[in-house]
Amino acid sequence: MQALAVVVLLFLFFEVTQNMRSNLSRMNQDFGFAFLSKSAGFDIVQALVPYSTGSSYSRALFVGFLNTLLISALCIVAATFLGFLVGVMRLSKNRLAAGVATLYIEFFRNVPVLLQIFVWYSLVILQILPAPKNALAVFDIAYLSNRGMIMPLPIFGEGAIYGLVGLVSAIVGGLALVFWANYRQNSTGKPFPKFWGSLGLVIVFPFCGLALAGFPITFDVPVRTAFSFSGGLVVVPELMALFLALSIYYATYIAEAVRAGIQAVNHGQTEAAHALGLTRGQTLRKVVIPQAMRVVVPPLISIYLGITKASSLAVAIGYPDLIAIGGTVLNQTGKAIELVSIWMVIYLCISLIMSSLMNWFNNRMKLVER
Amino acid sequence: MKKRILNLAVALGAALLASTQVSASTLDDVKQKGFLQCGVSQGVAGFSIPDAEGKWTGFDVDICRAVAAAIFNDPTKVKFTPLSAKDRFTALQSGEIDLLSRTTTWTMSRDTAMGFMFPATTYYDGQGFMVRKSLGVDSALKLDGAAVCAATGTTTELNLADYFKAHGMKYQGVAIEDSTQLRQAYDEGRCDVLTTEQSILYSQRSSLKQPDDHVVLPEIVSKEPLGPMVRQGDIGWFNIVKWTAFAMLNAEELGITQANVEEMKASTNPEIQRVLGVKNADGTAPGFGPGIGLDEQWAAFIVKGVGNYSEIFERNLGAQSPLKVKRGVNALWKDGGFQYAPPIR
Ligand SMILES: N[C@@H](CCC(=O)N[C@@H](CS)C(=O)NCC(=O)O)C(=O)O
Repeated sequence: MQALAVVVLLFLFFEVTQNMRSNLSRMNQDFGFAFLSKSAGFDIVQALVPYSTGSSYSRALFVGFLNTLLISALCIVAATFLGFLVGVMRLSKNRLAAGVATLYIEFFRNVPVLLQIFVWYSLVILQILPAPKNALAVFDIAYLSNRGMIMPLPIFGEGAIYGLVGLVSAIVGGLALVFWANYRQNSTGKPFPKFWGSLGLVIVFPFCGLALAGFPITFDVPVRTAFSFSGGLVVVPELMALFLALSIYYATYIAEAVRAGIQAVNHGQTEAAHALGLTRGQTLRKVVIPQAMRVVVPPLISIYLGITKASSLAVAIGYPDLIAIGGTVLNQTGKAIELVSIWMVIYLCISLIMSSLMNWFNNRMKLVER
Repeated sequence: MKKRILNLAVALGAALLASTQVSASTLDDVKQKGFLQCGVSQGVAGFSIPDAEGKWTGFDVDICRAVAAAIFNDPTKVKFTPLSAKDRFTALQSGEIDLLSRTTTWTMSRDTAMGFMFPATTYYDGQGFMVRKSLGVDSALKLDGAAVCAATGTTTELNLADYFKAHGMKYQGVAIEDSTQLRQAYDEGRCDVLTTEQSILYSQRSSLKQPDDHVVLPEIVSKEPLGPMVRQGDIGWFNIVKWTAFAMLNAEELGITQANVEEMKASTNPEIQRVLGVKNADGTAPGFGPGIGLDEQWAAFIVKGVGNYSEIFERNLGAQSPLKVKRGVNALWKDGGFQYAPPIR
């Protein structure tokens, strides 16, 4: 039976490729990825790695890929914070807080996300924010206008490597500290403020490193030009709109997942924690949330994947993500099958990596049955 | 059970075969369907835009109608597929449409490696720039540092990069796919400059909130020969579209119009007789229509259905339209323009 299915599948695959080949050859086309090394010739509004119109198609696609990762990562972090906040608020004893949270969830979850993207972009950012001439200025070094947010860009000179060394050693030191603190708490029961301790390390070490090198940092401060600004670090309005819309929308789902998770924790647990003399904050952080996480993590996985996929709605407002740039490349080269394969492989990889990370995390969170 | 799966597989395989194969003869396909499926743009006044009743109008739209008229003697036998600049090639490549008539520039890569062919240039255009008057800019050479909006996947995007590079200027290129979104983004101040074909710029300007606050700069920075496009591998279909365009030009040259086409059939001018497929005294027919798989009177059908080139132009873009575009280089060769159709003989 299974063998038959395999045969049928193989046959179909063969038919499809045959068909594709004959259709392509009728239009004097062939299948191949050689076009990737040709020069792209179009500009991209946001590139995290050096890119110019002379760069290759593969470079352009790489820029798009990084832009997809950037928007997904930003939205995942923001939606998680916001979602946890709103989810906890919704269960609050404070009627006002709970009401606000409910209203937030019901409103933003029920308006289509594409519409929210357009509203943020077209109505809020482009029309409410001022034109560059009247940009809102912060000490004349950073500006907010309908061309986006423009800030001084730090440029690391020679010797900045000491700062990096400081950062790396701080991370290693921080991990060691956490490990030691956990060990000590387990064996002696004495807690140690590990969060603040390691945060201190991460700030102090790089600072010392840079001080040692004499602070080799200069800033590229934006300056006004006839049209808007030049120089500096630019956060384009497309990124802002997409970030706001996706974070706010997906936070509603995370909030609901968090609420379900907290409600799943037996009330007896809270009472027992109080009886042991833990404060409300400690109860939430040390007793309720860790147990709630077992219920929260599985839906979180699919919400995070959803955010990554929804980031391709970027096309609608011209944020240059992988789909938008791939589409342009497809249009310039006509290599439809090739580009669709590239999209599929990349999205599949992102999804697989993310879900295996989350599964790993989920396993760690699981109740250890003894 | 086994048998059912096998049947299913066979059916699936057959369906795949049938659905993905682009038929060898587009003309046969179109005749069998009973209508032409034509790709147009999503809303550019003058080129292709639905009117208040939802009827498509415009220069590009009328090219589709002319091809339908040549085949069916009925210009209404067309279905339109609005396409963004980015989606148009996949639509043609996959066989979703039979013909693309959508302000598409004839370029080498499209005409060769990408697997398409351009039967004719129906409109000679060039790329221009539009800015707000309040900027006080009077030349494209003063646009250094500007934010420029352009449509994704167009020659526009590429010419823009070339032009700024050639003049040592920088720009921030904002690429948006949908033409309405693009116009809105410019109108709402995302960009200082909107760039596309000059004719389309005038059309886009007429749809802005305050058209008079904007000015089209004098520079034309590229050659944009626009025309219909077909797939490679079907020369018969290519010829039909090509000679439909030429028939409209020849008709204009010979003074055949939508109004007088029936009278013209009585003309003694042999050239007119050939174009209109009029039989000779001895009953022999000129045979040009059958030569491309169409009716003897194919060209008469076109002129009767949509008019000659000049009529299509003036109705959609020229004097009789709100855009008031001059014929300029699109005048007939006799009048000093580029429009020159090989003879029907
Ligand atoms: N001629 C250009 C395309 C020009 C073009 O399509 N421009 C856009 C910019 S406004 C447009 O007309 N879009 C119409 C639409 O999307 O409906 C090319 O062939 O690449």
